[in-house]
Order: sequence, then C-alpha cells, then structure tokens
Amino acid sequence: MNITPELVERIADLSRLELGQEEVLETAAQLEQIAACMDILNRLDTRGIQPMSHVFPVENVLREDTVLPSQDRAELLACAPASDGETFLVPRAVE
Amino acid sequence: MTWETVIGLETHVELATRTKIFCSCTTEFGSPPNTHCCPVCTGMPGALPVLNRRVLEFAVKAGLALNCSITRHSGFDRKNYFYPDLPKAYQISQLYLPIARNGRVDVRTQAGDKTIRIHELHMEEDAGKLAHDPATGLTRVDCNRCGVPLIEIVTQPDFRTAEEVTAYLEALKETLQYLGVSDCKMQEGSLRCDVNLSVRPAGSGELGTRTEMKNLGSFRAVARAIKYEAARQIQLIEGGGRVVQETRRWDEDRNASLPMRVKENAQDYRYFPEPDIPPIRLSEEYLDALRAAQPELAQAKRARYQREYGLPEYDCRMITSHRALARFFEALVELGVPPKQGANWIMGEVLGALSQRAMEPGDMKLTPPTLARLIALVGEGRLNRNTAVKVFEAVFDRDGDVDAYVRAHGLEQVNDDALVREACAEVLAVNPRSAADYRSGKEKAFGFLVGQVMRELKGRANPQRVNAILKELLMQ
Ligand SMILES: [Zn+2]
Repeated sequence: MNITPELVERIADLSRLELGQEEVLETAAQLEQIAACMDILNRLDTRGIQPMSHVFPVENVLREDTVLPSQDRAELLACAPASDGETFLVPRAVE
Repeated sequence: MTWETVIGLETHVELATRTKIFCSCTTEFGSPPNTHCCPVCTGMPGALPVLNRRVLEFAVKAGLALNCSITRHSGFDRKNYFYPDLPKAYQISQLYLPIARNGRVDVRTQAGDKTIRIHELHMEEDAGKLAHDPATGLTRVDCNRCGVPLIEIVTQPDFRTAEEVTAYLEALKETLQYLGVSDCKMQEGSLRCDVNLSVRPAGSGELGTRTEMKNLGSFRAVARAIKYEAARQIQLIEGGGRVVQETRRWDEDRNASLPMRVKENAQDYRYFPEPDIPPIRLSEEYLDALRAAQPELAQAKRARYQREYGLPEYDCRMITSHRALARFFEALVELGVPPKQGANWIMGEVLGALSQRAMEPGDMKLTPPTLARLIALVGEGRLNRNTAVKVFEAVFDRDGDVDAYVRAHGLEQVNDDALVREACAEVLAVNPRSAADYRSGKEKAFGFLVGQVMRELKGRANPQRVNAILKELLMQ
C-alpha cells in the first residue's frame, strides 16, 4: 500500500491530531512499513476462516438488566474541564 | 415524464430495558441532566462496558418478529466520530456482523398488499443531548441518554409512496409494542426515522442520487417530508439541475427540507471491531427458547378475533391497534363479557375517554373487572346504558367500585312499573298539549314525553318500560 503524506494528513485530521510537516513524513514512512507487514499476512489463504476480532477465548459476557445507583453528578462533572454544576460545558457544537 | 420515488428507511428504536446497554444506569426518561450517568456512559478512561442481557434478547425477539435470520456469531464495532453528544468520541454499534438480517414486513395500503424487505437490524447505543447556551456561547452536554439501548432497522429501498412508508411504520410500531421491546413513543424520541429518497424515470432500473432526511418527529412529518423531497428532486432535475447526495434536515414549521452543514470527511467513521465487547455466540437452544416465548402478534390476534368471536374486521383492527387494548379486551371476554359488547365498549367509551385525555391505553387506570361489572349490570337490567356511561366516566380515572358508586348515587335502574306509571301519569297531566299532539298523529311529541319521564326519574328508568307504559296511557 502507498501511504502518502496526504493520506496521513487526512487520517490525522479525522483523529483530531495536529502533525508538523516532519511528523507527517515520519509517520507516513512508519505506516508504510506496517502496511508492508500486513501485505505479508495478506498472502495467506484465509478463505472459509471466521475473522477473529478478539485474541482471548471469551464470548457472551453479559450482565443482568438491574439498575444500580449512578455516579454522583458533582463527582462526574468535576472530571471535566468545564461545567455549570448541571451539564458539561464544551465549545459551541450546535447551531 | 413520469417519475418514480424510491425510498428506504432507517428507524432507530429505543429498547424498553431498565438499564443502559453497557452500564447499570437507569434508562428512565425526563430526569435532571447528568443524574443517570457513570464512568462507563460518560466515557471515562479505563471504564469497561458490559452488554445488557436483555438488550440482546430484545434485539433477537425483534429480529425474529420481523422474519429476519439471526446472526449466530455476532459482534460489536466501534464507529469513530468527534462530536460531544458521545463523550467517548465513538459509538459502539454493529457494522460487520449485525444481530439480524434479511427480514420482511408485510404492509397493506389502499393500493394493495406489499412486502418490504429488511436489510438488517443492529444494536447500538444512543447519544446525549446538546443545547446551545446563548449566554456563554458554549454548548451544554447532558449524558442521560448516552448509552440508552437502540436497535436500528434498515429497509431495502422498497417503498414507492409515503402511504407505504406510513403503513410500514405503523406495522413496525405495532409489532415492537406487542413484543414489549419498546414503547415506540415518537414524541419522547423512542422511535425516530431517517428517510433515504431518490427519484428516477418510471420504469428505469437504475437508482437516482439519494438524499437522507433527518429530524422527522411524527408519522405525519414523515409523510409530508417524503412528498416535499420527491417534488423538490423532480423539479430540480426537470429544471436541468441534478440532485446532490447530502443530509437534509426536515423543518416542520417551514414544511421544507434544508441541507445540513456537514463537515468534510465526517462520513469516514473508521469502523473496527470493538475490543471491549467480546463476540456474541447464540446457541440453537437460546433461539428456540425465544421463538417459543414470542407472544401472539396483532395480525394473528385480528385473525383469531374474527374466527373465534365473529367480530367484524373493523372492530378487530381497532381493538388490536394497541397491545394494552387487546389485553383489556381478552380479559373482558375471559370475565364472561360477550365479545361484541366488550368490543363496543372499548371502541366507544374506552377509546373516547383515552383520546379526550390524550392518554396512552397502557397508562389507563380502569381495570377489566370494573368494566366487566358495569357491562354485567346493564345486562341484568339494573343500569340503563346512558347511566352506565355516566358511571363509566366517574370510575374511569381511578378504577372505582362500580356497585358502591351506583348505590351511593342511587342510580340503579327503576324497574318498578308502579313508579314508572306514576311518573308517566304525572308528565301527561302537566303536558296535556303534547299528549293531544301525539294522539292527533304527531309522533315527535312522543319523544318529548319520554324525555320528560326520564327526567322525572333522574334518567334511571328502563327506556323500554317507559315507552310501553307511556303508550298504554296515551291509548286510554
Ligand atoms: Zn452509566
């Protein structure tokens, strides 16, 4: 795969990362190496094999539908940079 | 040129579980902001989401009822986006292995019967509420709805008219309510839908460029938005323009759809399998148990009511329009009420009282034994129908004791002929002109006299006896 600086910039933008020109080039080179490794894996014939999303043999981890007390609001709001005592405050996001 | 409208629907339905999809916070509606929140649903680092067993069960039940094939090996995926309505900066959803696929819903419109294919049904979490604060210029975030469980039901582009869409939504709502997996209250946002719409020359096999419409707050809004958007696209194309693929917001007040400002690249969600939620594997036994526990749905009930009770199709439709009403009706029949009488009371008095109070049948206080008793009193001739309706109004809001109410207000029907005769004689004595009018052939006068007798007896008389005795006295 060809990881261009433009692609890196686009992914950085989607991830809200600000990369300098040098970092873009460095990251592109590193991602290119990672993609090359993936290309090796891609040579394997995996037809008919169920894709694996988790490495641990764990399935169906479920909990009962029972209400437990929520967190104290003041404690939760205290974790955020800004609040008005009732809601979290963030930079303008709606019209 | 004749145009054909092609519509697909994405419907989000809030599941009626007690707790959220990945944490034990309550899903209760309408509480002070951020009081139903914990580290999981506010996306605190290190918090671990765990799937609610009932969410899985409800999603499978919905999938079965919509004739889907259930995915035996399913899982969750992470949908990445930066918007403060989800503090994790991603939504846990299902992209690669949705819980159910390839279903169908049969709908009936004036134009005939039609099958709408369901593409897929998946589980996901709801987002929080944002409100702009003009005073500070900031946005206030309430995370109470964050993590409330949803299923999203995606159809194939099988609809051609607004009527078909409305019929589908009615059928979907009915099915989900009967299953008990959602209350489908559109006004509280527990059923929301997005409309994908394109137009093409009639007979064309190719799809036109589609737009997606959001913010549809009622079935009526859906129908109006479809008509508006189809007309807009046709006008655009006929005027030499072309439709742009975009998301549009329906503005109910302006009766128009407006393009939404979308950030560049916003559609690139970079999905990947959710590492925090292990895969789901469903056994045949699990599915068999759920299949066996599926309740009788509205369509089956309608057929059975016609077959077993001989009720007209119209009655069956009215009674099964809501699960709570159907249950109420079945309870009445079980208590010995003749089915047609039970149906009449439900379609008349019960639905009337509910709509007067803008109330959902599920919230009704009146219980079947109370109405059954009232109907029995009419049947035994101890209450006349008009008085019974008054008693009904009196007990409807608190499910009072019918017998006690009748006794306390002296409403029992006067079946004592001597009393009726006395009242008739008195009325004739006071209204000699009306009596003469009747004798000279003016039928109208009779109704007036009956009314006067009923008034004399405070509406409690048996109307048949009043008619008979009054006629007898007038003949003399
Ligand atoms: Zn929570």
